Amino acid sequence: MAKAEFKTPELSEYIEVPDLVEGTMEHITCFVAKPEHQEALGFPGEKTENWKEVAIDKMGDLLSRYRSFRVYLDACVKCGSCTDKCHYFLGTQDPKNMPVGRQDLLRKVYRRYFTFAGKYFPKLVGAVDLSEEIVDDWYSYFHQCSQCRRCSVFCPYGIDTAEISMAAREILDAIGIGQKYCNEIIGKVHTIGNNLGLPGPAILDTLEGLEEDVWEETDVAVKYPLDVKGADILLVTPSADFFAEPHVDGLIGYGKVFHEAGVSWTLSTTASEAGNFGMFIGSYENMRRVSLRIRQAALELGVKRIVFGECGHAWRIAYSFLNTLAGPFDFLDPDYPVPQHICEFTLNEIEQGTLEFDKSENDEMSITFHDSCNVARASRMGDKPGGQFEIPRKVIKAVVNNYHDMEWDTIHERTFCCGGGGGILTDDLMEVRVKGAKPRMSALKNVMEEKGVTHLAAICAICKSQFTKMFPYYGMDMFMIVSVHQLVSNAIVMNRKTPPEEAPDYGEDDDE
Amino acid sequence: MSSVYAALFFLATIVLVLGLVRKIAQYAKAPAPLKIPTTPAPVTQTGVVLRMFREVVFFESLFKSTKWTWIFSWLFHFGMFLVLLRHLRYFIDPVWLPIQLIQPFGKYAAFAMVAGLAGLLIRRIFVDRVRYISAPSDYLWLLLLIAIGVSGAMMTFVIHTDVVAVKQFFTGFWTFSIGDLPMDPALLIHLTLVAVLMILLPVSKLLHIPGIFFSPSRNQVDNPREKRHLVEWARKLEDS
Repeated sequence: MAKAEFKTPELSEYIEVPDLVEGTMEHITCFVAKPEHQEALGFPGEKTENWKEVAIDKMGDLLSRYRSFRVYLDACVKCGSCTDKCHYFLGTQDPKNMPVGRQDLLRKVYRRYFTFAGKYFPKLVGAVDLSEEIVDDWYSYFHQCSQCRRCSVFCPYGIDTAEISMAAREILDAIGIGQKYCNEIIGKVHTIGNNLGLPGPAILDTLEGLEEDVWEETDVAVKYPLDVKGADILLVTPSADFFAEPHVDGLIGYGKVFHEAGVSWTLSTTASEAGNFGMFIGSYENMRRVSLRIRQAALELGVKRIVFGECGHAWRIAYSFLNTLAGPFDFLDPDYPVPQHICEFTLNEIEQGTLEFDKSENDEMSITFHDSCNVARASRMGDKPGGQFEIPRKVIKAVVNNYHDMEWDTIHERTFCCGGGGGILTDDLMEVRVKGAKPRMSALKNVMEEKGVTHLAAICAICKSQFTKMFPYYGMDMFMIVSVHQLVSNAIVMNRKTPPEEAPDYGEDDDE
Repeated sequence: MSSVYAALFFLATIVLVLGLVRKIAQYAKAPAPLKIPTTPAPVTQTGVVLRMFREVVFFESLFKSTKWTWIFSWLFHFGMFLVLLRHLRYFIDPVWLPIQLIQPFGKYAAFAMVAGLAGLLIRRIFVDRVRYISAPSDYLWLLLLIAIGVSGAMMTFVIHTDVVAVKQFFTGFWTFSIGDLPMDPALLIHLTLVAVLMILLPVSKLLHIPGIFFSPSRNQVDNPREKRHLVEWARKLEDS
């Protein structure tokens, strides 16, 4: 792939609504899935011959199976409320990146084939026949949506472009034009167990390395167990936590918290991935298959609880869908929610007083928190609505002295997506990612200048990877992004010391 | 001529009712396989009723979004609501007390309605983003509603029509004993446009009226961990 040629947007003091410039992102396309990746997921390998028919049939199928799709295609009155809410529009000026502009790419075809007005008066209601150009537009623009749901907050009918995007991608898969990034990854989960294709021995090796690092740092033998039967807790975490920075520092933090809380826990090779890209492509069947691995692992290991690590879209699927897709979880301990978020677990321990912190360990940093889109607008933590905003902040404030929020209209339910969610986190979409990151970067830059913030904490693997890549484009330091449990890890005081007779042997005394 | 209008309204009523029933059945029948409320969302059914109430009565989400659109559309919708309530007096006898009390407000609400619609039309023409997403029908709906509002207000404030005869026409409508409709141009225009609106409603974007009540991102309870949500076609996957 040729080096992308585009200009990084300039950050402004306020997030301004730009003028429309048609076609600025028309050239965007991402790699198409190879036949073997398509077929592994049950999709045709290549563009089908009767693709028009298949696409319309698929649309009809989705209309009968998803109320959201049916209602959202009818209900839009084109009021324009959503038009300035999408980070991709704000960063690109392309009207087809306005939520309603994106939806209309599909809606105009829906109207033509499924509504009275569109069948008999197409010009009047903007209905058009399905054509090659429209399919090209679908492939381009439905891969410029991170399914972050910001538009759905502001729509008077709650129309959620994420639902339309998922349906569009499902239609594209059905006619044999899937996206390489998502579909290849889903295949890896099905066959190997995680998005990155890390085999069991590689995970084991990593975890042993972490144990050694933590021992050297703290003189405490913190365990990072894999496939341990009879453990109380199964931790399901994004596979990026096993090797990427700053993700792995978060994983180190989870282990320290579990250690200090005195609970037994384990990771699983077969469920070594919290992420579930089945949602990105709208495929209930694939999403369910990926989810069932977690149920299987919980049954095989005989755990009592399931806890999820820091991951945004994963938490949406875990919190909102897992019970539906892979439940019921009546074999787990009914005293705990299934699943539980690691932030819920940690805050619970903090409130019970089992954890001790030395906040000064984080004093060289001043923190702000990025509400990950799918945690903020598609899930919850704790008992009360909005717990997904409060709980991570309470955890952070328990372990750092310097904390400042970004502007109120860029956090909580109004948070801006990092620009890389929903199947966009691939190098062939770098231009989309950089431009889409602009609103978040503007808000961050403001809080850096006004409050002296130095670091951005997040609870999502995609956000962390995306920000690491984005910061240099915007003239910031790539290490400014930290995991929430990395902050916990820095500050936690390890009180459960390891007795000398249980000290691990990492080869320094191997003269015996 | 009166019988032509009687036939027109008979047809319009049938089309409106059947069309809406068909659409509502379609929405109700389509399953919502996943829990997708836009969060933070209510965790109880009562909370959902309150959320829907705020959405339908106050346009809460639109208020969060853009104040101008909110002001115009709320003026329009609330004005029209009062106007419609006031119009009940042409269909029922005796007129209920609340409808009598509403009369003075209902009369002037027509101005709010038309002002709101005019604001929405101006916005649609002059805001580039809204202009871009507008099809001809989007303008025509606003013009149709403005014409209905203006022709109605004309009769209230400028050229009065024989409302007693109008009432006789519509109350007789139910019993198929059609009275004589006054042949005033303002009235005939008003009634024709209303019939057009009724006929087109079930095949148009006015389906947002029933649609909002079926919107899963607004009408679902946020309790997926506590209660397993499973629709029929998803259950079949489990059995296979």
